[in-house]
Amino acid sequence: MMTKHRSWWLIAATIALVGAPLAVPGLGGAFKGSDDMGTEAIIAAHPGYQPWFQPIWKPPSAEVESLLFCVQAALGAGFLGYVIGRRHAGRNDVAGR
Amino acid sequence: MHIMEGFLPPLHCLGWAGASAPFVVAGAIRLKAIVRERPRAKMTLAAAGAFTFVLSALKMPSVTGSCSHPTGTGLGAVVFGPAVMAVLGTIVLLFQALLLAHGGLTTLGANIFSMAIAGPWVSWAIWRLAGTLGAGTAVAVFLAAALGDLATYATTSVQLALAYPDPVSGVLGAMVKFGGIYAVTQIPLAIAEGFLTVVVMNALSGRADAADEIRSLAGEVK
Repeated sequence: MMTKHRSWWLIAATIALVGAPLAVPGLGGAFKGSDDMGTEAIIAAHPGYQPWFQPIWKPPSAEVESLLFCVQAALGAGFLGYVIGRRHAGRNDVAGR
Repeated sequence: MHIMEGFLPPLHCLGWAGASAPFVVAGAIRLKAIVRERPRAKMTLAAAGAFTFVLSALKMPSVTGSCSHPTGTGLGAVVFGPAVMAVLGTIVLLFQALLLAHGGLTTLGANIFSMAIAGPWVSWAIWRLAGTLGAGTAVAVFLAAALGDLATYATTSVQLALAYPDPVSGVLGAMVKFGGIYAVTQIPLAIAEGFLTVVVMNALSGRADAADEIRSLAGEVK
């Protein structure tokens, strides 16, 4: 039981940790991606740098890109939920019926 | 931690690909052996891959005012050892390189090395060390996941510093610069990843704090 509570506390702490920069004044910023900032730092130090290879395919818009990121997260979360549900069903519900 | 397509000099791309390839091959052999010897582990293996899939898609805000994503490789590294994560991480990185133009094919070797090799090996080492020092499972898994996440971003900083040393302060100076972008942003997110890894591990095993929790996840005991 104690560990059940622990999971909820850990989830709450995670939300607080990730939410704090958005909610607490003074902590904010532009919230750009660190990967893009790394790329920008390279270009800033080497003006005129041209990547020597281009992605074979690029999402045509930010909407399509966010769709594909969502698909990635949904596939992972969906399957994770399936495994967790299957194991718990085998353990608790069936025994309690 | 993704180095974008075309942003590493060709020689570096080859070098990192060469360094990563044996780990991926060894990981594939290990993966096959685990599936053959412990069929019970199949679902956990897939779940470990799924966890990496979700977490590496979530770009979270950090106190530094920028966003970054966790990697989710610590869970699988603790349960199955670091070798298999080279394969699971490669699948995720390929998905992102081909469908999202995030990362790249030329930088795949370098990105595999940071996310699917360096991170998982650090996670696994911390997990073993924490266990030896008598930490409980939850604390050890938290530390393993959080420090593995940080190690991935530190590795990216080193990779970029080697490719783009600062004209004045050299490789070390560039390491500090890229570390400021990647590793510092990552600290709160690494802690968040540590928390989430403990939650998901407990949910997957359904037997939080049992002495054989990890071994049951690995399919070694019933």
